[in-house]
Amino acid sequence: MTKAETMVKVGIADLNIVRAPGMIRTAGLGSCVGIVIYDEGKHIAGLSHILLPDSSLAKQTDINYFKYADTAIPILVNKLVGEGARRYALKAKLAGGAQMFHFTSNSDIMRIGPRNTEAVLAILEALRIPVIASDTGGKIGRTIEFNPQTNRLKIKKASKEEQFI
Amino acid sequence: MNDYTNLTNTQKDVLREIGNIGAGNAATSMAKLLDKKIDMQVPSVKVVSFDEVMDLIGGPDELIAAVLFRIQGEAPGTVYFILSIEEAEFLINEIVPGFEGKLLADPVNEFAISALQEAGNILTGSYLSALSDFTSINMQPSVPYLSVDMAGAILTVGLLEVSQVSDYAIIIDTKINDQEVQKGVQGNFLLIPDPGSLSILFKALGIKDYD
Repeated sequence: MTKAETMVKVGIADLNIVRAPGMIRTAGLGSCVGIVIYDEGKHIAGLSHILLPDSSLAKQTDINYFKYADTAIPILVNKLVGEGARRYALKAKLAGGAQMFHFTSNSDIMRIGPRNTEAVLAILEALRIPVIASDTGGKIGRTIEFNPQTNRLKIKKASKEEQFI
Repeated sequence: MNDYTNLTNTQKDVLREIGNIGAGNAATSMAKLLDKKIDMQVPSVKVVSFDEVMDLIGGPDELIAAVLFRIQGEAPGTVYFILSIEEAEFLINEIVPGFEGKLLADPVNEFAISALQEAGNILTGSYLSALSDFTSINMQPSVPYLSVDMAGAILTVGLLEVSQVSDYAIIIDTKINDQEVQKGVQGNFLLIPDPGSLSILFKALGIKDYD
């Protein structure tokens, strides 16, 4: 990279979109899931970093729609289409959904990683967006970076080689 | 609806005192463990967004070594003892003189991991027992969980309960360190009470104006 290209950073319970030659990134996914939705012909991509599977879990009056898989993903899709992505051409890649600690208590909230992944897959299925590649589960954190020019998702794990999916 | 993150100054003082008591006891344990004088900083009580929680520890993809306990009982929450990788290796070296291994080796060094887990267990255990004595609240810590990974991935676990009711967390952050100028051990204790626990903690310490 000779010239500075835009790197859009997405925080926890946040989402954003980027056009090539920009890139989009989110760091330190544990039980959270990072969902990249992209139109490879138009070189535009969106990234959502969700924390919880389902907004019906919310005990909050003023909810943050970017925090839940069921509310964030449709918003991301609308935003992409609003920016010129073709609805029928959208594809998805995802990473995260780890279970960092295997708690002995059977509290549901502690199984949140796998539940997040399940929720994301169900919503993408309902929206008819095919999942091209994913790297989920395990007990490891992930930082991901998507390049809408190459449509490759770079995954970096603690003390491991980077991989692309 | 009153957001649970609206704290009065008195309430912040009480939470700071909780950090003080807990980390003070942990610092004493660490001093015994290492046979060194251990200092403790003034605890800070912060109301922070989830992204800011990660920034307290150097950013979401900063690699850290953390020992975590879930607290069960009347006032549930999560407590962390956090070290940088270098500090964790230094601490292991202090406990096991001559240890030269790396914490992020592949395959993992089981010996280093269990030494660190045990140290974390002792320190965090003394943090919690002081807390329990001070508040007279029965706190049942889980077994200790150790993870060496990205701060974001590790700290999210302690935010899950909070995240169901708010986008901000209350964090009681206390640093302890030895007096070496060059290279030394410095750790952070983070206590993240579950939202429902705050009123119980306040009530136990004689503050009533919290709903």
